[in-house]
Amino acid sequence: MVKKKDFSKGLPDPSKLMDEILAKYPTKIAKKRQKALVPNDPSEDQEIQANVRTIPGIITQRGCTYAGCKGVVLGPTRDIINLVHGPIGCSFYAWLTRRNQTDAPEGEENFIMYSFSTDMQDENIVFGGEAKLKEAVREAYQIFNPKAIGIFSTCPVGLIGDDVHSVSREMKAELGINIFGFSCEGYRGVSQSAGHHIANNGVFTNVVGLNDRPRTGKFQINLLGEYNIGGDAFELERLFEEAGIELLSTFSGNSTIKSMEYSHTADLNLVMCHRSINYIAEMMEEKYGIPWFKVSFISAEGTAKALRKTAEFFGDAELTAKVEEIIAREMVKVKEVAARVKPKTEGKTAMMFVGGSRAHHYQDLFNELGVTTVSAGYEFAHRDDYEGRKVIPNIKIDADTRNIEDLTIEKTDRPELWREDMVAKKAELEAKGFEFSDYLGMMPEMDKNALVIDDVNHWETEKLIEFYQPDIFCAGIKEKYVVQKLGVPLKQLHSYDYGGPYAGFEGAINFYLEMERMLGTNIWKLVDAPWKAEPEIVGSFAIN
Amino acid sequence: MRKVAIYGKGGIGKSTTTQNTVAGLVEMGKNVMVVGCDPKADSTRLLLGGLAQKTVLDTLREEGEDVELDDVVKPGYGGVRCVESGGPEPGVGCAGRGIITSINLLEQLGAWDAKFETDYTFYDVLGDVVCGGFAMPIRDGKAEEIYIVVSGEMMAMYAANNICKGIKKYAQSGTVRLGGLICNSRKVDNEREMIEQLAKQIGTQMIHFVPRDNMVQRAEINRQTVIEFDPAHPQADEYRALSKAIDTNQMFVIPEPLEIEELEKLLIDYGIMN
Repeated sequence: MVKKKDFSKGLPDPSKLMDEILAKYPTKIAKKRQKALVPNDPSEDQEIQANVRTIPGIITQRGCTYAGCKGVVLGPTRDIINLVHGPIGCSFYAWLTRRNQTDAPEGEENFIMYSFSTDMQDENIVFGGEAKLKEAVREAYQIFNPKAIGIFSTCPVGLIGDDVHSVSREMKAELGINIFGFSCEGYRGVSQSAGHHIANNGVFTNVVGLNDRPRTGKFQINLLGEYNIGGDAFELERLFEEAGIELLSTFSGNSTIKSMEYSHTADLNLVMCHRSINYIAEMMEEKYGIPWFKVSFISAEGTAKALRKTAEFFGDAELTAKVEEIIAREMVKVKEVAARVKPKTEGKTAMMFVGGSRAHHYQDLFNELGVTTVSAGYEFAHRDDYEGRKVIPNIKIDADTRNIEDLTIEKTDRPELWREDMVAKKAELEAKGFEFSDYLGMMPEMDKNALVIDDVNHWETEKLIEFYQPDIFCAGIKEKYVVQKLGVPLKQLHSYDYGGPYAGFEGAINFYLEMERMLGTNIWKLVDAPWKAEPEIVGSFAIN
Repeated sequence: MRKVAIYGKGGIGKSTTTQNTVAGLVEMGKNVMVVGCDPKADSTRLLLGGLAQKTVLDTLREEGEDVELDDVVKPGYGGVRCVESGGPEPGVGCAGRGIITSINLLEQLGAWDAKFETDYTFYDVLGDVVCGGFAMPIRDGKAEEIYIVVSGEMMAMYAANNICKGIKKYAQSGTVRLGGLICNSRKVDNEREMIEQLAKQIGTQMIHFVPRDNMVQRAEINRQTVIEFDPAHPQADEYRALSKAIDTNQMFVIPEPLEIEELEKLLIDYGIMN
C-alpha cells in the first residue's frame, strides 16, 4: 500500500501531473485540453476553457441536449405529460433514472412514473413522424386528461424535419390544453447545457405568466434550479413553510406546471443551480422586475446563509426572528452530529466532477467535515460557473452557442405585473452592499493549487486518482465502478446513489452520516486480489 | 450478375437513358431488373407503359411486414422486372432512409435469388449523391459499376465530378467502380470532345455519345422506350450501341475527381476558347 499523501501544509503544485496527463494526447488535443486544466489560484483571475465540444474518442461524462431539456428541467414536473418524439431508447433510458422525487397531494395528477414516447419506427423516419405524433398527443389526452403536454425532439426528428412546434399549435387548438414543443435534438449543443437553455426558453415562453393568481402569502418566492433529487426540495419546502415564506414554484423539483404558470407573481427568485436555470431568473427580472440572487442550500452554513439573506431581503422583523429561531434550533442538531463525525473525517481528501453547480456546492458540505477538495470540475458548466458572472461579457460566443436561441425579453406591457416595488427594493439594498444577480463561481472559493478541470475524462480521472489518492470521489454512474475498482469509494452526486436528501439542515446531517460511513470503510482498498500484492512465482520448462 | 447504378444531375435524362439502355439489353436477350431509387417513382414508366407501379415503401406501409415479392415487382417491356422504391412526399421524412429500407427489403424477399437468372440489375438514382441514403446503391457492393449521365453543360459536369467523389469514397473500401460517362447531348459546343477530355482526366471513358433527337420525346409521350416505339429509328440504334458498349465494357476504375480549378479550365478550353 502506497503511503497516504499529506496535504495538511497545502496542496502540491499539480504542474507535473498536468504534464503527464497531456503527454499522452496528440499535440492538437493536448493543446486543447491544456486550456481546460487550471491549477487554482484564488488570488488571481484565471481563465478556464468550458462549454466547448468534447474531443471525439475521449470518454466524457457529458450527456446530450435532449437529456438536459427533457430529463433535467421538465422531467421532475408531475402534472405535465412529457412526450418524447423519437425511437423508444431515448425514452426508456430517461425513465425514472434521475431520482427526482415528487409528492402529489391526494387527488392531484402525477405522471412522473410513466414514460411517454411516440416509439418511432423505420416507416415514421421515411415518411415523417408528424401523423404519429398527433395520434400520440390525442391518445395521451384521452387517457390521462392532462392540463399540459410537452413534446421533446430526439435526434432523428431534427434530421427528417418533423415540425413539433406546428404540431403543438395544431393540437393545442384541437384539444384546448397547453401543448408546446422543444427542438432539443440530442446533437444540438456541446452538452446537456444547451438543453437546459432550450427548456428555459420554452417554459418561459409557454408557461410562465399564464395565471395572474392573487397573492396568497406575505413573502412570495420561487426556488430555481432545485431538482428534488433524493427529496432535497422536501427539506427546503419544510423550512420555508415554517419561516412563513410562501414558496410559489420550484423549477423544477416536486414541481407542477400549474404553479409555474403563476410563478411570475413572486417577489424574489432564489437560484440554486446557476447553470441550468439562470436564464429564467434573468428573463423574469427583465419582464417582470423580479430580482434574483444565488443561494446554496447544500451545507448547513449555506442553508443558514441563504435563509438569512432571504429574510434580509424582505426586511421584516418577524420573519428575521423566525429564521434565526429555525437556524439556532437546527444548528444545534447539525453541530452535534458534526462534532461526532468530524474527528473521523478531518484531513481526508475529496474530488468531485459533476454537474454545473454540484461540484461547487458540495465543497461546502465537505468543508464542514474538514475534508479538503483537491480537484474539482464540472461536466457541462460555462466559464461563469467557474470564474463568476463577471466574465460573461468576455465569453466567446461560438457557433455551438449561436445554435441555441437567446430570447429577447421585453418589459411586460401590463403595468400591474411589473414589480416596481421590488425594483426599488433591489436598488435600495444594492446601495447597502447586498448582492443580486451574481454568482462568484467555484474557483475563487477553492484552495490554491487545487486542480480545476472542465469536462474531465477517464484517462484524466485515472491519473488524478494515482496522484492525489483521494479518500472519496464524487461523480455519476458512468464513473462509479471505474473509480471504485481503483480503490476509491464513489458517491454519486447526480442521483445520490440510494441516499439523500442532502439539502438543508437535515440534509447536511444525512450527508455527514453518509460520509462517516463511506470514509470509514476500507472495503474498496480490498478490491485487488490478495495474490496481486504478493511476489509472483515464475517457472520455466526445460526440454531435454 | 452485373449490378449497375446510373447517377447524374437532376433532369439530365437518367431515367430515359436507363430505360432505353435496358430495352437494348433486353433485345440482346438479357434478363434485367430495374430498381428505381427516386421518391417520384418514375424510373420504370417507359418500361411499364405508365406509372402503374406500386412502390416498395407504399406496399410496406399498407401491408406491414407481410409483403410478397410479387407485390412490388412488375414485369415490363420484354420481361424486365421493374421495382420502384418510392418515398415520402417532398419536404417530409427521409427519402434516403427509404432507399435503404427498400433495398434491404428486396434482398430479404429474395429479389436476386438464383432462380431469376438475373443478368443485370439497374439502380436509377435520384439526382446527386445528396446524402448517405442516396449513396445506398454504391455502398456495400449493391451496385458494382456506375455510369454517370452527363452533358456539356457546366452544372451537369460539376454534378458528375461530385458523384465521382462519392464513388471514390466507397470504391476505396468496397467493390464499386466507375464504368464510364454517358454523354446525353444538349448540343453544346464541342460537347463530345469536352466530355471525352473530362472522362480522360477523371480516369475513365466516355462510353457513348447519345445525340439529341426529338424521337426520344415522342416515345416518352407514348410511354415507351424508343426501341419499342420506333425500332427502326436511328436513335434506337444509338441506344442499342450504348447497350452493347455497356455489355462489353472492360474498363472499371476508381475515379480521380477534378479540382474545381481544373474543371473550370476544361470548360474554358473547350467552351469559350473555340
